[in-house]
Amino acid sequence: MNPEALLRPMPQGLYCPIGDFYIDPVQPVPRALITHGHSDHARSGHGAVLASRETLDIMRIRMGEGFCREEQVAEPGKLIDISGVTVSFHPAGHVLGSCQIKVEHKGFSIVASGDYKRSLDPTCTPYEPVRCNVFITEATFGLPVFHHPDPMQEMEKLLQSLRQFPDRTHFVGAYALGKAQRVIALLRAAGYDRRIYLHGALVKLCDYYETQGVDLGDLAAAVSEVKADFRGAVVVGPPSAFTGVWMRRFADPLPAFASGWMMVRQRARQRGVELPLVISDHCDWPELTATIRELAPEEVWVTHGREEALVRWCALNQIRAKPLHLVGYEDEGDA
Amino acid sequence: MKAFSALLDRLVLTPGRNAKKQLLADYFRAVPDPDRGYALAAIAGTLDVADVKPKMLRELVMERMDEELFRYSYDYVGDLAETIALVWDNERDPPPREAEPALGAVIHSLNTAGRTAVRALVRDMLDSLDASGRYAFIKLATGSLRMGVSAKLAMQALSELGNKDATEIEALWHGLTPPYESLFAWIEGRAEKPELKSPAIFHPVMLANPVQDGDLDGLSPSDYAAEWKWDGIRIQLTRRGDLRRIFSRSGEDISGSFPDILDAITFEGTVDGELLVGGLADKDLQARSFSDLQQRLNRKSVSAKTIEEFPAFVRAYDLLFRGEEDVRALAFLERREALKAVLSQGAPGKFDLSPLVSFSSWDELDRLRQAPPDPVIEGVMLKKLDSPYQAGRLKGPWFKWKRDPHTIDAVLIYAQRGHGKRSSFYSDFTFGVWTEGEGGDQLVPVGKAYFGFTDEELKVLDRFVRNNTVDRFGPVRVLKANKQEGFVVEVAFEGLNRSNRHKSGVAMRFPRIARLRTDKLPADADRLETLKAMIEA
Repeated sequence: MNPEALLRPMPQGLYCPIGDFYIDPVQPVPRALITHGHSDHARSGHGAVLASRETLDIMRIRMGEGFCREEQVAEPGKLIDISGVTVSFHPAGHVLGSCQIKVEHKGFSIVASGDYKRSLDPTCTPYEPVRCNVFITEATFGLPVFHHPDPMQEMEKLLQSLRQFPDRTHFVGAYALGKAQRVIALLRAAGYDRRIYLHGALVKLCDYYETQGVDLGDLAAAVSEVKADFRGAVVVGPPSAFTGVWMRRFADPLPAFASGWMMVRQRARQRGVELPLVISDHCDWPELTATIRELAPEEVWVTHGREEALVRWCALNQIRAKPLHLVGYEDEGDA
Repeated sequence: MKAFSALLDRLVLTPGRNAKKQLLADYFRAVPDPDRGYALAAIAGTLDVADVKPKMLRELVMERMDEELFRYSYDYVGDLAETIALVWDNERDPPPREAEPALGAVIHSLNTAGRTAVRALVRDMLDSLDASGRYAFIKLATGSLRMGVSAKLAMQALSELGNKDATEIEALWHGLTPPYESLFAWIEGRAEKPELKSPAIFHPVMLANPVQDGDLDGLSPSDYAAEWKWDGIRIQLTRRGDLRRIFSRSGEDISGSFPDILDAITFEGTVDGELLVGGLADKDLQARSFSDLQQRLNRKSVSAKTIEEFPAFVRAYDLLFRGEEDVRALAFLERREALKAVLSQGAPGKFDLSPLVSFSSWDELDRLRQAPPDPVIEGVMLKKLDSPYQAGRLKGPWFKWKRDPHTIDAVLIYAQRGHGKRSSFYSDFTFGVWTEGEGGDQLVPVGKAYFGFTDEELKVLDRFVRNNTVDRFGPVRVLKANKQEGFVVEVAFEGLNRSNRHKSGVAMRFPRIARLRTDKLPADADRLETLKAMIEA
């Protein structure tokens, strides 16, 4: 079977002509299958949306009721028939509710992995390898420079800094969905049990994680205008708050940033980060290459990120591969 | 090595001086000898390490990965050392590297390995270190370790280990060598003060405080001598037997830039003075401007032609040693007499004595400093007649009283965010003045300033930037600035130089924002012609 007959890149997103649906479309379409709740993958205005229960919940929280005309829950691993195409959702380990989508027709299958990772994350179901003929992988960190360290080691760095600078407010920049909750959960796992303060943009999603059984400990919104309140405290907020007026309420803030990009010093410097925490919700280079080896698909399609390096690696390893030029996904998205 | 690389990682990203000092002090407390001493040397720039060439590093990394993948990586990261540090493990998950080699051992093996062994040594080293350790190692081995920490700051951090004064540490510093074990032992109170081996060392200089309101009230003019404050660079000359040295004010050896002066030190002793370019008082030749002096600064070697065009000389202020005799405890006037005698033994034409300025009241001196007889004078110095030579900036014995800065009114054109505490404020400004251009008057940038204003004023400036941005280039905001709309500031500066590198043709020295002129329209700001006339003057 020609794989493009089953899934092909279109300006709206990845399209399945047989089942007449799109995966993570960037424009409103009649039928969308959504891998996870990040805003570049999950957009409003579609007709019917098929996604995991958590992803649907997250979309509703972020975009409000009526973000689409019709919601349909995809239970993990359950086979769903759409006009003769068999579709199933499998955990991707990226954020709460994130799934890979397997599309199968007449015994030929493609897995669109969405964003995925394989390192420790107490806040979501771990990635599950799914056999397929064609594997569509992300390549956000698809360069040999990226080796994300053990996240607990990064937490130790933060704790060490809290001991060393007990009077400074440690502001941890982390994307609102997934990264923020993961950082908090990891910090708890590292034994930090003091109250953690949140930027307003994180409150709703943290509340939601708690309803899904993810224990984040003692949290409070960082609303007080009294500087002393936040002395030596950990405050988690979206990275955009770094340079905003909001930051001024904190005592001598020490900016930290939890992101895979923090691997590269210049990135940290550009953003004015003093304490880079290399914590990523995407695969690093060894994980990407190991995953492709493990799945051993006939062909690999590489999308959003540094496609050329991963395609080159596949060529060096005699694996057929091509870049899949999808538009509309944030190259810099390390949520 | 782990503690050292972790320290580097933190230091390069930490803008605050106090935070840097604390990171250093904590490191010195936690790490044993000799590693901490080598780290100190690496930071202060006194470490000698056998040079590893980038070419070899490139070859080593090519042994283990595809060239095209390396190129993609290098393009992305931009820094060779960092790229190699990051890609070294390539597809492998990093193996556990519990037992990293110690910094001292790393430096020792680099310095003792022969030319042929170095290659294998560097490879093994990169294998045994983690990414952050590899980065530190490559920076060390290629001699390009820059982390924004001055030797002075490192010494202040050292002083926190025990109750020792930073100036006292600085006094010893230049006579000791890495790994400074005797220095640490003394600071921590475990040993006597170390004996200095080399005689021709730098001695920390005595500095003056600026005269501020009320400082001179109650002080008697007859207790003080006044000298002109010359606008050159402060230096220290030393000769002990065959050893001659010229040090900058901070103790950096700048002998290489001034062979003409070095050869002329025919006296024995240590002299404090101002390095200038041009003539000599005793030859009735005037000193030349700071921009001429700049032709001689920061050069490793200097051509005969440059020496001829920009001849240097030293205007002497003070004497620290007469031969081997330490005269710092003598009174100012006694030292000055001794200085005269020492200078008379120096080669002619290269040294003169900074003349005293006679005055009988503070008011008279105030008038003199405002209208000095020579353009290369930037004010007056006040020195208590009985003051000994004491390192550091003590309040009382010496004052500097500068002529008032020049000021102009300029219009803010661009703004950028500050760093550290100021990262949420637009605090770095480029300002300009009017000049005739195609299609009428336009603003031409004449300088940048990021201080001078109060915290309250900064809030006003920041608000203006946020509400009046018309364009952005990366981190730079372009501000609304035309004849009727924009922000006028009074810029104070110490001097103007002609400059070919700036579009305006002028470069300001030490510009700062002195006042916000919210009362003025941009149309009222100064013109470039005004600035150019100030250079001519």
